Formats: sequence, structure tokens, C-alpha cells
Amino acid sequence: MSRRKSQEEYERTKAFRFWRWMSGKQDPYLGKVELVPREEPEETELTIQERMTERQMIRDKVYDIEHNKKLGVFHKIYEALAVCFCLALAGILLYTVSLLPATGVADKPVNNEVPARYIEKGLQETGAVNIVTGMILDYRAFDTFGESNVLFAATTTVLILLHSRKRAKDKQRREEESEGENDRVYEPKQDSVLQVAACVLVPVIILFGIYVILNGHLSPGGGFSGGAIIGAGLILYLSAFGFEKTEKLFTEKTYKCISFGALTTYCLAKSYSFFTGANHLESHIPLGTPGAIISSGLILILNICVGLVVACTMYTFYVMFRKGDF
Amino acid sequence: MTLFQLILLLFLVVCAVSVSFSRNLLNSVLIYMSFSLIMSIVWLCLESPDLAITEAAVGAGVTSILFFATLKKIHAIEIQKEHKATEPETEKEWSGKDE
Repeated sequence: MSRRKSQEEYERTKAFRFWRWMSGKQDPYLGKVELVPREEPEETELTIQERMTERQMIRDKVYDIEHNKKLGVFHKIYEALAVCFCLALAGILLYTVSLLPATGVADKPVNNEVPARYIEKGLQETGAVNIVTGMILDYRAFDTFGESNVLFAATTTVLILLHSRKRAKDKQRREEESEGENDRVYEPKQDSVLQVAACVLVPVIILFGIYVILNGHLSPGGGFSGGAIIGAGLILYLSAFGFEKTEKLFTEKTYKCISFGALTTYCLAKSYSFFTGANHLESHIPLGTPGAIISSGLILILNICVGLVVACTMYTFYVMFRKGDF
Repeated sequence: MTLFQLILLLFLVVCAVSVSFSRNLLNSVLIYMSFSLIMSIVWLCLESPDLAITEAAVGAGVTSILFFATLKKIHAIEIQKEHKATEPETEKEWSGKDE
């Protein structure tokens, strides 16, 4: 028989702590694991003087070659060895390059049955006119999924490392407190040349990025290139018009939703096609006529997913580096 | 290999050498940017336009912007004149620009 635990007993279980964490009542790691920002040490005249003498001492012992014979000999040997090492490395690399087969030679070892299959049956099996995209997002889609996840992990790391601890709650106080240190101070103060240039360029850049993503299976390009272009356009818009304008469009929540949604869509779509492919089932995804925009099955969707993840990642990197907050 | 490609490759070598020999960090980033731009043209000459697009967007665009942002964060670039005046003396010494 199971009986209901009393409240005290329940509070000691792991399930209670887990639900407390899930519902956002209390973070178990808060105040235990996090790094506390170091307090600024008080700078008096004495400490500055001490530091200066310390630096002078180090300089005398390390950099003052004229009065230190042993150091001078070491430096000379070190420089000679460094130059020798660099020359040897360059020589080895150049020698290796000279052994590589020339571009466009028919009988080089890369030309085996794998590229032959890609070229002969690529269009038929993937429906993509652009063989490169067909390879990346169909034959080797697992690799591309890993790459998208690497980008996501990198952004997460940047978020953890650079995210400002001060939350939006005390935004007011933050602005009052550290006007000098705040990065918003560095914003271009309504630079009209930049703004006019951005007005003309940003729509073109973003449209071009969307074009590259949507035509990834027809023309050169694809999700990664298009996403990088869109990210660069967003960064240009941000540096021209400041954070207040972009905050309306892009917040932390937008980033979370887009990244999570795109990665999940990618994962589900590809899981389906892996499952059907491994079990020799028919996938029921029409490949369409080669050359049309809506064709080549899942590749278009996957391209859009990768593009969204990359664009968000680029933009988030920049915002984190600049401000440490969205 | 045409003369044009040879000139581009020569530019690449010159850029790579001058990145390591330039003392100013800002100059290094700018030279790195031009390296990426030349590299994207080389990709185009080698008939891989998709790589060229990516190289131009990521290498010349986003990476250099991130470098600029980082240099700004560590006070390696002096952005505003009036800000410079208010900076304390000790901070200037640690900026790493004069070493």
C-alpha cells in the first residue's frame, strides 16, 4: 500500500526539489556554484606604488637583456630556434602540398565510387539540382545536424560566460549606476551616414540571405551561408539604430524559441527519414520536379532550419559580446 | 593558373605575414578581414561559390565584427575622445596598447 507522505517528508525527496526547480521557485545551484563577481580592490597610493615597483622588478629581471648575460644568451638561442622551427614547419607543409594531386586530375584517390554515386544518382535520389546541398542535407544530414548543435552549444556557452548578471528588473538602477562602464555608452549616437547606408543596405542584405536560403537546393549557397548573411544584416541594423530598435524585434525569448524550434524540426524531420531509410520503407515525401522552388523533399525545410539557427547565433554572439544582455 | 590567381595568392601570403608583424591590434583585425575577402575571391576562382559566400559573410563580416567588439571590451581601441579623458591613469597603463 502506498501512503501519502507528509509535507516535511516530501520536502526531503529529490522529486520535490526537481519540481521546485522546474516550476522556477528555487534554483538549487543559485548562490552555491555560481561565480560571485569579484569586488574591486581599493586602490590607494600605496598599492599603486607597490605595483609599479613590482612591474619594474619584473622588467629588470625578464626584459633587461643588457645587464643580464644569461638572459641575453637564452634570448639569442630562443630566437634562432624559433626561426628554425617556423622555417622547418613551413618547409614540411609546402613539401606535403607539393605531393597532393593537382586540381582536376581524373585518377586521383578521391575519385572513387562515393562521388560517382553522388553525381550520377544525386538528382534522382535527393531532388536537389545543387549537388552540394543534396549531399550536405541528405546523404550527410547527420553531420549537418551535429554542426547546428555545435553552433547552439557555442551560443549557450557564450550566454553562460558573458550574460550580464544584472537582470532587466533593475535595469533602471543599472543605467543610473554604471553609466561610464555600460556598453550602451559606446553606441554610435545617431550617426546619420551609417543610418542612411543601413536603410539602403539592410533590406537588400536580408533579402539576399532569404534568397540564398530558399534557393539552397537550386543555386550555390544554402542554410549556413544564408543564415550568416542574415545575421550580418541584423548586426548592421543594430549598429546603425541601436539596441532599442532591435529589442522590439529580437529578444532572448525569440532566440530561445527560434533555436529550439528549428533544431527540433530538423531533428524530427531527419529522424523520420533515417527511420524510413533504415527500414526500407517508403518515405511518402514527394521530391517534386527538379528546379522548382518547392521540390527536393525535406531539403528546403532543413535549409530554413539551419539558416534560422545560424542567423540567430551570429546575432546573439554580437549582442553578447557588446552588451552581455539582450 | 592565371596571373590573376597568382596575384591573389601573393596577396594572401602578404596579408598572412603582415598580420603577425603589425603591432596595432586594430590593424591586425583589418588585415585579417582583407585576408578573408581575398580568400573568398580565391574560392570563387576555384569554382566553389557557396564557400565564397560563406567566407565573405563569416570570415570578413561576422568574425571581424566580433574581434572589434572584443577589442572594445578590453579597451584596446579608444573610441571616444571625451571618454578617454575621464579614464583613470592606471587603466590606461594596462590597456596593452603601448606594449
